[in-house]
Amino acid sequence: MSAPLASSKLDRRKLILAGATALTGAAGIGVAATLAKRYGLTPPDHQGIYNIGETLTYASQRILMARHPLAREFSAREISRVSPVKGKPPETETYHRLADASFKGWTLGISGLVARPAAFSLDDLKRFPVSSQITLHACEEGWSYIAQWQGVSLPYLLNRVGVTNKARYVVFYCYDGWWGSIDMDDAWHPQTMMALAMNGQDLSIGHGAPVRLRVARQMGYKSYKYIARMELVDDLKKIGGGLPDFSVGRKYAWYAGI
Amino acid sequence: MAESSDRPSPSLSGAVPDEEEPYAGHGHSLTVRITHWVFTIAFFFLVFSSFPILIAHPRFYWGETGAMGTHPLFVLPLPLRVGRSGWGRSIHFLAAWLSLFTGVLYVGLGMLARHFRTRLLPTREDLSWTNIRHVVSEHARLSRASLAGQFRYNVLQRLAYLAVVFVFFPLILLSGLAMSPAVTSVAPWLVVLFGGHQSARTIHFLIAALLVAFLATHLAMIAVAGFMPRTRAMITGRSRAARRTETLV
Repeated sequence: MSAPLASSKLDRRKLILAGATALTGAAGIGVAATLAKRYGLTPPDHQGIYNIGETLTYASQRILMARHPLAREFSAREISRVSPVKGKPPETETYHRLADASFKGWTLGISGLVARPAAFSLDDLKRFPVSSQITLHACEEGWSYIAQWQGVSLPYLLNRVGVTNKARYVVFYCYDGWWGSIDMDDAWHPQTMMALAMNGQDLSIGHGAPVRLRVARQMGYKSYKYIARMELVDDLKKIGGGLPDFSVGRKYAWYAGI
Repeated sequence: MAESSDRPSPSLSGAVPDEEEPYAGHGHSLTVRITHWVFTIAFFFLVFSSFPILIAHPRFYWGETGAMGTHPLFVLPLPLRVGRSGWGRSIHFLAAWLSLFTGVLYVGLGMLARHFRTRLLPTREDLSWTNIRHVVSEHARLSRASLAGQFRYNVLQRLAYLAVVFVFFPLILLSGLAMSPAVTSVAPWLVVLFGGHQSARTIHFLIAALLVAFLATHLAMIAVAGFMPRTRAMITGRSRAARRTETLV
């Protein structure tokens, strides 16, 4: 009878070991969650187990990119011949009137937690230092293309209006009814820009005329088109009926660094 | 794991065939059993959630770029349906994180317990032509007796498991990461390694298909060897031989 006893003792030891592992794991997750919250490593759409994956992805990528590396850039030879357009242009009368007048009356308003709220016309933006990049635009659906974008660096604009310390997100409102936001890490990133031209030509209507955002380290759907105005905020719960991005209402992740 | 010597050896050799003896106590360790089932759940959700992602653009390319209007490498005959991949991707990433944690636990604890060296690394005898030819022919005949009466991993199992754990899962993880513009800003070499953004996507899909084929083979082999006893062994860790001895004693 001694042998079965020995084996049950072993089972108990294994059980204790498994229990200890599980407890350590649970405690580890708890500590990680607390730390993530303190250091701003939780995305604004984190809630419920469905979003644990998004939170882990956001936190780990923000840690990985602590030194703000640049997205890959390409040579002019690598620019794609095909650059598909997704979605329809805005159908509002305001947008049609602006487009008919070659966006003469269009302004980019920047408001919220800034020292000097401003509204820049298209001519203003064209006078600012030109920022240029040849980067990959990848749609979440799976297709991708390489193009050259030219415009004004978002950090340059943010410096002009003077961002206050409280600002945590930049919110973009678009003529097609879309709205969305990026955090200050992406807003201050040297490749983030308000693009006015693509492949040497003024941005086409399909690609978001007159100005679209370019966030090179995220999927294409975060590069908002048809920008109407921007707002700097400390809390995204106040915008868009509590949704930090229009796409979140359609079950798409707020953070799309993938 | 040293528990093998503590297990009672079958005393009624008449009731239990002799060759089953070595299996008593050679069941699956707790680590293997827990990680196996957690991983089963994670893998199910990974495959399940890949469909809404896949049907948004079931075309595959080679190189950096590819889209409607460019030449595809191959196109899957699936209905195109866009706008559904958001929730699919949420589940895909949740399951990917779960499988990563499980995989790290399995490999880490497995190394500590010398699981891979003692049970999965093929021995010299395993790799002899005579043995390989024998094992392959047994498999080809789908001989239940030979599979059910087998108490150590054969050479095909060893090579398949090692390839899945140490080659294909790392590759599918890396090719997935190579599609992330955030990750490749930190490690541009990763996407270069796979030959571009679209190549990484294609390789990710092909390895996924290979792993699903592995799962199908795994299930077929278990069905041949005896589905219930093998599943029970993966849950309780005990072989039928060990159980029978205990109930008899």
